[in-house]
Amino acid sequence: MSVPLQTDIHRSMLASVLIGIGLMAGVDEIIFHQLLGWHHFYDLATPKIALFSDGLLHSAELIVLVAGFFMLIDLRGRRALASTAAWAGLFIGLGGFQLFDGIVDHKVLRLHQIRYGIDNLLTYDLVWNASGAALLLIGLLLGRPRAGGRPG
Amino acid sequence: MEHAAVHAPAHADSVPALLFPALLLGLYAFAALRPRRAGRRWSPWRTLSFALGTALLGLALAPPVVAFAQADLRGHMLQHLLLGMFVPLGLVLGAPGTLLLRTLPIRATRILLAFLDSRPLRTLIHPLTALVLDIGGMYLLYLTPLFVLSAHDPLVHFLVHLHFLLSGYLFTWAIAGPDPTPHRPGPWLRLGVLFLGTALHATLGKLMYAYGFPRGTAHPPSEIRAAAQLMYYGGDVAELLLAIALFTLWFRRVPTRAFPGRIDDRHALPGSD
Repeated sequence: MSVPLQTDIHRSMLASVLIGIGLMAGVDEIIFHQLLGWHHFYDLATPKIALFSDGLLHSAELIVLVAGFFMLIDLRGRRALASTAAWAGLFIGLGGFQLFDGIVDHKVLRLHQIRYGIDNLLTYDLVWNASGAALLLIGLLLGRPRAGGRPG
Repeated sequence: MEHAAVHAPAHADSVPALLFPALLLGLYAFAALRPRRAGRRWSPWRTLSFALGTALLGLALAPPVVAFAQADLRGHMLQHLLLGMFVPLGLVLGAPGTLLLRTLPIRATRILLAFLDSRPLRTLIHPLTALVLDIGGMYLLYLTPLFVLSAHDPLVHFLVHLHFLLSGYLFTWAIAGPDPTPHRPGPWLRLGVLFLGTALHATLGKLMYAYGFPRGTAHPPSEIRAAAQLMYYGGDVAELLLAIALFTLWFRRVPTRAFPGRIDDRHALPGSD
């Protein structure tokens, strides 16, 4: 029973990156759409094809969250979970999604903006993307290879 | 008399309709509780799941829900979500096929398995076929005049509901059903189909919200938007559960931990182990 198995760093990180992406997408949906009502279920300007890309993204978020948790439970069960790598992955997932949403969705594809009817959208964008970058940086620092070894 | 006949059908149809879930549950319970000569007893979780499925089916067909569905598009959507997504989840995870196979005499079992293995059946229970029938059927209903037709013609209405239930069952089974499924495609393809199905379902919800589908009804735009949002978020919950079911099946089959021997994904019977 107590065979010490080698931890699986890559899989640990991948599992928690997926969870981080799914969590941040959920936070976005619940806090900004539902609670604050800053942006909405549908913007009048959204073309049909963007609705489909939105649907694909939404579907991916839901599935990666479930997939990540199952991988994590599986790793724990096999005693192969590398906890530092998993924490690093979580922050990379959270920050990476926040940045992706802030730059690609908001600015490149212009699916929606953070908030409407305000003058200082730039400030909102800067705060949004800076917080994403900070989370991503924490993840990258946690996950960087240590001297003479790998993160674990 | 004429006057009474206008209002009676909803209730008159509902009482026999409620017998259907009761009959399903009765048959299932009879098979599950039957004493076995050998092998383990039937999992109570499977029974609970199937019972939940039939209870939700009863709810979807109950007179107050039927009346709500006739008056309000949100009621229709509630019924649609129950019949097409939540009822099938409960029924499929109850593994009724496995129960049937272990209850039937061995000769009937062979015939049934051969039937499932036939080419038309194989094609029908392929996840992609199920996707087209299930999600495609929804696009057809809500984006074409079929919806108005089904609101006026009782036979079309009945067939639409039956289609939702059957295609929902087929889709759920094809993606994550624990019942034996000959020639079932691997988990990656099933995950891909679930991904596409979830995206298409969410897209349909937003299309209905944005462009006011179904058209040609007396429902005000605010009601249509509320119904579309109900479809979107209700679908999310059902698809989340379906994804959990798929991954449960998937990770159980990985022969690294609990199963030292290789388990054949296609013919394993998890409910009877």
